[in-house]
Amino acid sequence: MLMTVLTQTGLHEMAALFPLQPPAASTIAGGVDQLYYFLTGITLFFTVLIFSIIFYFMIKYRRRSPDEMPPETHAPLALELAWTLIPSAICVVIFFWASYLYVRNSRPPAASSEIFVIGKQWMWHIQHPEGPREINELHVPVNQPIEVTITSQDVIHGFYIPAFRVKKDALPGRYTSIWFEATKVGTYHLYCTEYCGTDHSHMIGWVYVMPQSGYAAWLAGGEQNESMSKAGEHLFSVLGCNGCHTPGGDGPPLAGIYGQTEKFADGSAHVVDDTLIRQAIIQPDSVQLPNYKNVMPTFKGQLDEEQMLQLVAYVKSLGPQERKNGQ
Amino acid sequence: MSTATLDLPPAVPAESRVTYLNATTGIKSWLLTKDHKRIGLLYLCTITLMFMIGGLAAFFMRLQLLEPQGALVEPETYNKLFSIHGIIMVFFFLVPSIPATLGNFCIPLMIGARDVAFPKLNLLSWYIFITGCLLALVAIFSGGVDTGWTFYTPYSSTYSHSAVTWMAMGIFIAGFSSILTGLNFLVTIHKMRAPGMTWFRLPLFIWSMYATSVIFILGTPVIAITLFLLALERTLHVGIFDPALGGDPLLFQHMFWFYSHPAVYIMILPGMGVISELITAFSRKKIFGYSFVAFSSIAIAVISFIVWGHHMFVTGQSVYAGLIFSGLSFLVAIPSAVKVFNWTATLYKGSISYEAPMLYALGFIGLFTMGGLTGLFLAALATDVHLNGTYFVIAHFHYIMVGGAVMAYLGGIHFWWPKITGRLYPDLWARIAAALIFLGFNLTFFPQFVLGYLGMPRRYAVYPAEFQVLNVLSSAGASILAVGYAIPLIYLFWSMRYGPIAPQNPWGAKGLEWEAAATPPPTENFDVMPVVTEDAYNYQPLKGAHHSV
Repeated sequence: MLMTVLTQTGLHEMAALFPLQPPAASTIAGGVDQLYYFLTGITLFFTVLIFSIIFYFMIKYRRRSPDEMPPETHAPLALELAWTLIPSAICVVIFFWASYLYVRNSRPPAASSEIFVIGKQWMWHIQHPEGPREINELHVPVNQPIEVTITSQDVIHGFYIPAFRVKKDALPGRYTSIWFEATKVGTYHLYCTEYCGTDHSHMIGWVYVMPQSGYAAWLAGGEQNESMSKAGEHLFSVLGCNGCHTPGGDGPPLAGIYGQTEKFADGSAHVVDDTLIRQAIIQPDSVQLPNYKNVMPTFKGQLDEEQMLQLVAYVKSLGPQERKNGQ
Repeated sequence: MSTATLDLPPAVPAESRVTYLNATTGIKSWLLTKDHKRIGLLYLCTITLMFMIGGLAAFFMRLQLLEPQGALVEPETYNKLFSIHGIIMVFFFLVPSIPATLGNFCIPLMIGARDVAFPKLNLLSWYIFITGCLLALVAIFSGGVDTGWTFYTPYSSTYSHSAVTWMAMGIFIAGFSSILTGLNFLVTIHKMRAPGMTWFRLPLFIWSMYATSVIFILGTPVIAITLFLLALERTLHVGIFDPALGGDPLLFQHMFWFYSHPAVYIMILPGMGVISELITAFSRKKIFGYSFVAFSSIAIAVISFIVWGHHMFVTGQSVYAGLIFSGLSFLVAIPSAVKVFNWTATLYKGSISYEAPMLYALGFIGLFTMGGLTGLFLAALATDVHLNGTYFVIAHFHYIMVGGAVMAYLGGIHFWWPKITGRLYPDLWARIAAALIFLGFNLTFFPQFVLGYLGMPRRYAVYPAEFQVLNVLSSAGASILAVGYAIPLIYLFWSMRYGPIAPQNPWGAKGLEWEAAATPPPTENFDVMPVVTEDAYNYQPLKGAHHSV
């Protein structure tokens, strides 16, 4: 065997030159890989099966004389049913397995910390709630679930960390999210996977998974920005939002509103989340609360996505307790 | 009719007989023809040219990807290359490929009709198609398009500075050609079958063309509307897809894939029909499980309309929508599997010969099997999240579109070439080309499965260095593939003038086009209108008493 001849270093060199597996560095990567190997096994099995049968028939039933005519064969119903039902059963297994993982992977654990990502032609802008901002680099602590809220400043991008097996599109005007928990300290690729124009292939970066202590030190060091919610509070007063959004003002007070289910003037009820706050800033009349006049102007075009996220962070930071006490 | 080739009189040189090729002469007689056979050839010439343009773009792409930092062009140019490759190959080659050429040529001959139901409409649809082609060429030569063949908004509608509107209009117009062709085929198959040609005696190629025509008529208007709205937003800034104008970018993807997923089946269903013809002819067997193969075509056509959401698992579509679209996508795997098993079983106890068309057919079964099975990775939610948007997707659909559709197209062209031209091509060269295409194809696209699993995103003009070895392998395969495509182009051209005169039925195949129509056929197809008294693929001469044509 060739493989046994190769030295250990040779194998490593070959793996570097000709990798067959991406690094697996998140809690969900293992589960996705197991399913991937199962599917690879199914694919190999049926491919080899079909090729073998074809080759066997090709040789065994080759034409031996030009006017040879084969006997008639009939298709037994049992056989037709077998090769309809067996693949169906396999598909059902794959469907439930894959869906179980997908549903599980789409629910962030309650203890997740947050990171915000904005795609812009052609860079990834990343903002930590504590204040630090990064471009095309993402520092995260190991063994800590992290929920990533993703949006786009312009066109659709795709936020993809292959080592974590996670991907989600960054959509303009909308928030999407993923979560992951890194399991191995290291440096991993970050890609854009939704074609976004000229330098799409340069919209790449690195994810640095750090030990938790190292991450804390990283947060503390570097440039000291104000936290996202502080920046949002600042914006809130610069834009004059606090003129109306006060108890007794023209607009509803926002303390404690985040996470509540509100009934709106059009009769619908929605949870006040990031998307809804964003919508209220861009298109206030679409989320009109009863008992308030439709007087808020739109801030469409006046705020970039980063400022929008800061305002959301501020509203979120106002906490639910005050609200409950107030009512 | 037992051994058709032996019973018939010796081949008459086409020149000494009136055929559809020499009935009238001059360029005008071709450009104004209403003969479905000549229209099929007009399409053949047109889409061969388009294939060469799309292929050239692919050639430059593979050159670029020889080096991680890009060996040839700037990213902007690379983006235009892959956009042109995708758009030309999908909308101007694969969609019309088998239906417009072999479908046009064979459907009336196979069902025993003198022409399609609406011959003038048929010619009109070719003119519409070349108008679309010309607009696409205008788009290419006025700077090209850099949106990818998927035209995702708001990039295509607001941000791209390329000739998007021209290209969208080209596809919009070419779509009407599909709609009219589908309409023509449906009416022809319903109303013009020869006496005795019942639905369940139809060759399976006709069933697959029927299913394809249904998708043409129901699906194409949706892509037409979508691209029209895109052009409207681009030129008049009507807010439909761009959130900055109050639109919804995902609405575009829903509408685009509502057509473009069924369009995948527009591209593969006709190929499946061709394969049923080839497998039976070269193993001299009735198709195994006729009704299962026939109804699986219809099942695929119907299910194809409700699986589009599987292109959008990572777009922020709700978890529940993802679950439903995933489940439905698995559903479409079953009729495809049924076809593969039935084709394979058809070989059982057959009398198998290996002329070039059969090599393409056997290659098709293998490659389609791999293409179909790797589709499971993408229908499965958890693995799709990782593989979506990577080279895995590229490899998967090239196994279906090139390993499947193009192999079937070439197999069909080789099978019916003697019928079309009255000439034979050199079989040895044809076999060599088929083998080269099979090898070159696998070397090109198999490494891309690995690249995708490793995480290499598609549409990258430059890429991390660790992906280079696999990319070089892929480019090497592409050069073999290019040689494999060039050889048939040469000998098929050569054969039109210098090939030996084809016998009436060189393969000893069943079917009205071989048994009842001369080779090449006269303009009106049949000297005596055929009456059908037997099932399709009735290769049972030893018990021959129960049929006569």
